[in-house]
Amino acid sequence: MKLFSWRCIRMWQRNRDVFVRLWHSEAPGAIAEPILILVAMGLGLGAYVGLVDGQRYIEFIAPGIIASYAMFSASFECTYGTFFRMEYQKTFDAVIATPLSVEDVIAGEIFWGATRSMLTGTVILTIAAAFQLVHSPWAILIPLVCFLEGVVFASIAVFYTSMVPAIYTFNYYFTLFITPMFFFSGVFFPLSSFPQIVQTLSWIIPLTPVVHLTRSLVSGDVHLGLLWVFGLVLLFAAGFFSLSLFTMRRRLAVLKGLCCRTTWLDSTAQVKAPFYMLNIENYSVEL
Amino acid sequence: MAIIKTKDLTKRFKDVLAVDDVNLEIEEGECFGLLGPNGAGKTTLIRMITAVSPPTNGEIWVQGKDLERSAREAKSIMGVVPQLDNLDPDLTVLQNLMTFARYFNVPKHEARHRSMELLGLFKLEDKRNSAIRELSGGMRRRLLIARGLVNNPRIIILDEPTIGLDPQARHLVWHKLTELHAQGVTRILCTHNMDEATVLCDRVAIMNEGRILDLDAPHKLVARHVGSDVWEIEVDSQERENLLAMLESRGLDFEDAGTHIYVFHVGQEDILTGIVGDGHKLRQRPAHLEDVFFRLTGRSLIE
Repeated sequence: MKLFSWRCIRMWQRNRDVFVRLWHSEAPGAIAEPILILVAMGLGLGAYVGLVDGQRYIEFIAPGIIASYAMFSASFECTYGTFFRMEYQKTFDAVIATPLSVEDVIAGEIFWGATRSMLTGTVILTIAAAFQLVHSPWAILIPLVCFLEGVVFASIAVFYTSMVPAIYTFNYYFTLFITPMFFFSGVFFPLSSFPQIVQTLSWIIPLTPVVHLTRSLVSGDVHLGLLWVFGLVLLFAAGFFSLSLFTMRRRLAVLKGLCCRTTWLDSTAQVKAPFYMLNIENYSVEL
Repeated sequence: MAIIKTKDLTKRFKDVLAVDDVNLEIEEGECFGLLGPNGAGKTTLIRMITAVSPPTNGEIWVQGKDLERSAREAKSIMGVVPQLDNLDPDLTVLQNLMTFARYFNVPKHEARHRSMELLGLFKLEDKRNSAIRELSGGMRRRLLIARGLVNNPRIIILDEPTIGLDPQARHLVWHKLTELHAQGVTRILCTHNMDEATVLCDRVAIMNEGRILDLDAPHKLVARHVGSDVWEIEVDSQERENLLAMLESRGLDFEDAGTHIYVFHVGQEDILTGIVGDGHKLRQRPAHLEDVFFRLTGRSLIE
């Protein structure tokens, strides 16, 4: 496997410039939604919820909302966004003809996705602070946690994007992966309400440790055990990051001509075929 | 010295041999043309030479260095103008050039200076703050070529550079390419435009089904494969058999293309007398590179 270099900053800068040019067309909506959730669930539903330790429900969910929307930011950026740049705009083809390698481009995409997570997390943290829901100076570390979380979810998204034949395939990603994670990672209710086996298993869902981290930092319940949780997130980040570099190189460089050929000959058939079959077939080409 | 050299270069996709054992030496400063029908493997060959697509087999050297180990260095001296428009639609015209210069690590003020100069050269100054979607097809093409020059490349690779350009813009591009010749820049040109290849290229390779069929200066290719003149005989179906037999018996080099028969390698001598007398419509014209192209790659459409 090849590694990326410092030149990935060039791809990051490209995405930043586009964001600076077009942010007003998407950012307001992205901020309104978490506020709505916080108010509706936290205050509306929260009025009927009594937590064991007497904590207000809105206080309980706020750190989870920070983590979830940071996850959404990186996920959208590196599924639809990355796919658009790759397939419709052919941006990656143009960039890999310059001194940037495929790995630099992909690392730039992932770090940009992580930056979006960090921005979103910071904005919601500020809003939560305005609602007087933040009780510890440790919360200052939350943007950093969101960045690392962003690397995890951007990498998973890029890995998935490297395999999809068509943009519709992202529906599966959100309905079968992202949405369940939003509901079952301890954002809206403590995982202790599940049987022990489910609680243990929920730790292999990448959002769970992140919610644990943000909740501890917001409430000030900070202890050395959190380093293990942090280590787990780091492990997810490193694993999926390397995987996405590898699979994207295959898609963009090794198999490229073949992809062009099949798309050109029979694009409708490609869209209709089950996506997992298509990719297994493409992958068996090697070379 | 050869600036680009390939040895047994091969690219295989699952059941397609896109490039088959290509051995090339492209000299520094020359204009090298790559001709061939669609699907001949030109673009795949270019993608391998520009270090974008790894070969299945074989080796490439750029400036004497193994491309696999020095891909970045090689890419930094290359400018690529692709066949398909991949300008960045999220950025303005000027931003497209500046962002591209940044990929090559050109400092900001220098990038701005070069970008404005190129926009001036390609008559796009007034459009510098426009979105890409506001440009006409010809303007996009010009911007794409300008982008390929933003890093002052030592090798520029152009895939169908003048397709869709009006004659004025085409001559502007040809003029620029000739100017690059004076600066010693190596140019590689993929084209379907035979005039373009004849006018611009020092040497031309004709490619089909992944292989290079012949490679030489355009006039030498013409002399070798078709001679100086071509005779075109218009035929109707009744006389056809007779005529073919007659040409055959005289030992002439000809090609039967349905409504016409083309006779090659004919001098000024009256070797065709007897045919003219029979009332066939006959025309003599100078031979072109296109005749070579058809002779080597066939007349039928390639699937």
